[in-house]
Amino acid sequence: MADKILNKLYIKIWRQKNSKSQGAFETYELENVSQGSSFLEMLDILNDQLIREGNDPVAFDHDCREGICGMCSLYINGEAHGPDTEITTCQLHMRKFNEGETITIEPWRAGAFPVIKDLIVNRNAFEEIQQAGGYVSVGTGGVPDGNAIPIGQDDAEEAMDAAACIGCGACVATCKNSSAMLFVSAKVSQFAKLPQGKVEGKRRAKAMVSKMDELGFGGCTNTGACEIACPKAISISNIARLNREYLCAKLAD
Amino acid sequence: MSILDSKAPAGPLAEKWSKHKASIKVVSPANKRKLDVIVVGTGLAGASAAASLGELGYNVKAFCYQDSPRRAHSIAAQGGINAAKNYQNDNDSIYRLFYDTIKGGDYRARESNVYRLAEVSPLIIDQCVAQGVPFAREYGGSLSNRSFGGVLVSRTFYARGQTGQQLLLGAYSALNRQINAGTVEMHNRTEMLDLVVVDGKARGIIARDMITGEIQKHGAHAVCMCTGGYGNVFFLSTNAMGCSGSVAAQIYRRGAYMSNPAFVQIHPTCIPVHGSQQSKLTLMSESLRNDGRVWVPKKKEDAVKLQKGEISANDIKDEDRDFYLERRYPSYGNLVPRDVASRAAKERCDAGFGVNAEGKAVFLDFKYAIDRLGRDTIEKRYGNLFQMYEKITDVDPYSNPMQIYPAIHYTMGGTWVDYNLMTTIPGLYSLGEANFSDHGANRLGASALMQGLADGYFVLPYTIGDYLADEIMVPKIETTLPEFAEAEKSVTDRLSQLFNANGSEPVDYFHKKLGMIMWDHVGMSRNEAGLKTAVSEIRALRDEYYTNVRIPGELDNLNPELEKAVRVADSFDIAELMALDALARNESCGGHFREESATEEGEAKRNDEIGCYASAWEYKGAGQEPVMHKEELVFENVKLVQRSYK
Repeated sequence: MADKILNKLYIKIWRQKNSKSQGAFETYELENVSQGSSFLEMLDILNDQLIREGNDPVAFDHDCREGICGMCSLYINGEAHGPDTEITTCQLHMRKFNEGETITIEPWRAGAFPVIKDLIVNRNAFEEIQQAGGYVSVGTGGVPDGNAIPIGQDDAEEAMDAAACIGCGACVATCKNSSAMLFVSAKVSQFAKLPQGKVEGKRRAKAMVSKMDELGFGGCTNTGACEIACPKAISISNIARLNREYLCAKLAD
Repeated sequence: MSILDSKAPAGPLAEKWSKHKASIKVVSPANKRKLDVIVVGTGLAGASAAASLGELGYNVKAFCYQDSPRRAHSIAAQGGINAAKNYQNDNDSIYRLFYDTIKGGDYRARESNVYRLAEVSPLIIDQCVAQGVPFAREYGGSLSNRSFGGVLVSRTFYARGQTGQQLLLGAYSALNRQINAGTVEMHNRTEMLDLVVVDGKARGIIARDMITGEIQKHGAHAVCMCTGGYGNVFFLSTNAMGCSGSVAAQIYRRGAYMSNPAFVQIHPTCIPVHGSQQSKLTLMSESLRNDGRVWVPKKKEDAVKLQKGEISANDIKDEDRDFYLERRYPSYGNLVPRDVASRAAKERCDAGFGVNAEGKAVFLDFKYAIDRLGRDTIEKRYGNLFQMYEKITDVDPYSNPMQIYPAIHYTMGGTWVDYNLMTTIPGLYSLGEANFSDHGANRLGASALMQGLADGYFVLPYTIGDYLADEIMVPKIETTLPEFAEAEKSVTDRLSQLFNANGSEPVDYFHKKLGMIMWDHVGMSRNEAGLKTAVSEIRALRDEYYTNVRIPGELDNLNPELEKAVRVADSFDIAELMALDALARNESCGGHFREESATEEGEAKRNDEIGCYASAWEYKGAGQEPVMHKEELVFENVKLVQRSYK
């Protein structure tokens, strides 16, 4: 079945030269976009047009274009990753948009994610949180057989649910407090559900939360917006688990 | 004697690696602290290598072009990772995994390397479990396995359809631990643009800070390339946008030989191309062939109706469906290796039985598995893949069969390395998909992850010591050496040349044209005339590129078009080698199908008289013909037979 063509779209995009300059919206007209195209392919077409006109194309992050690397990070019509559920921007398709529509595209907005250029933001804060304790302290080699410690299927599945996080930052961008609790709780939960991770569970929860606070992410007020925006449907029950892990760790101090 | 010394140890196959490890040098902890190692790329090979080297005490600098090491394209691998654990008691063994890999690769890989890969494979699973990788489990708590194409045992470990993601996050967590410990210095959004060679040894890299445009010089005692494959030479592939082969081309021009560039894997189960605006193809995991049945209509008129959209798949009765893989290959059925399945799909579509408007798709049908196992089971096994399919195509694969078609997926070819994973430049290593060593002419499913982690966790950390033991007296490599200035100038000249071309066409225009040349002539089916055309067309397009490309923006600011421009410039050099290599290899083997070398039934016909070698291409300068060297492949343990999956 052939896809329909959108004859005309108005693309209203945040343009910002670099981290120091002030940004502003600009609107571009775009013609002949197939509804079978992905959202990023639509931006490719826009950029092709801008380059041919002698203008600077729009900078945006992307790499795998199949919803798993977590690079792409667009706020589309007021929603992280746009108007569809459980997908990233690169998996969003133009059939979700209508003829003649104005599509507004912004970068992630959060104090801890400063804009680098146009739609690209700096997510190093996520790196620092992971480096603070997002691991099991085990070196290469000298580990027991993979089947030495049985792990119940339910625990393994729950750990996997949490581990599915792609680190895109949609949760932070969506949260009115710019909280990173969903992101941090996903990693803490994955390890909390597994015997290998439990050993240093207390240290991990404290280190990651403390780093998150230090980097300027806001507090969690349980609005649940993050869960809805998450392309991987990470549940806020992970935040409850993080709170429990953190509280227990603090009480043990 | 060839100038290529594989350094494959002598002796019985099963003892080679232990004997080799016992004979190579080891660097003391005190001396490791004085040695610097650069790791470029942070996928499975790079992240595991950087973490392991950091743990050993080397000073590691790691680089990736993404904003986080976790985003490297290993993350996208879906189906699983092989390991010879024999947990299923189905008579698996290290030898069987070795044999399957050699046979699956159509006898074009080096025996010693492949055996080592199989030998360390069980350790990888243990390592990942210890890191907290949430592999699929049985109710009793033990690890689950599934089967994959080209083998008769169940040895594939998996984490839903996101195995690559979970393994990479495991390696990334190990890397983060070392970054936190200060043994690894991580450089995100920093792209390598050249290799620095001093007195014949790899001594550093030139890289560009992608945010500021600053050109940086980094010195080290050894340099490791973990930069993945070059699938995006074809423009459309299942690879990430950055899988250009750029670094492979850079080190090739600096003297590292490029091996078997013609060996490209075309994956049979990808979502078909939707139109000219497409930028990327999406893979549907091979694991789906465990439960999905591949078919096209038996009757041409049904195919024509499907193409016109007059009927849908479910209108065609069972007896009118041609399950062509089960028909042609009764013993392996839908689980034949990727190259075989891809060619069979092309054969049916070329014969007019394609099922979409373009006639370039076949069905992958889960109706039968859902009838047999229930929808819940299928959803548990493949839920995320089905969701992905539905989001992209707007079709529900639970009630309609998927449409699939082959697409470029993986590159078996890569930089030539010896048994120690060292390239022809001393001190320069190549790991994972970036090297050529383990998969021959075709890679088996779930073996890429295995190789990346084997190289990074369990091979390089040993073999690099053998080289670095002789470097302990070499002081820190100063980037004030003239070789660094020369390499830096070569990079800035190249950037300026591209930037100042000030032509009329954007980078993608050329990239798409290059992709068409490659798909038409260096794709699933190749012949002498087409390959000769490809070589001349690639060269002509490359000449035009340097004079007519238009790069907007600035050199010293974040500039994605400039980044792409360099990668595509490098892709031209790889593309040329791919065509030349395919032309030189006048036999069919694995993913390389030469029309001149086929059986009457259209199956690939290998020719061991002329083809039992790994090519190694030497750069001779811009505008000069590259020279091919051959590493003769010696098989002491397996008998070469024509692959048969019938």
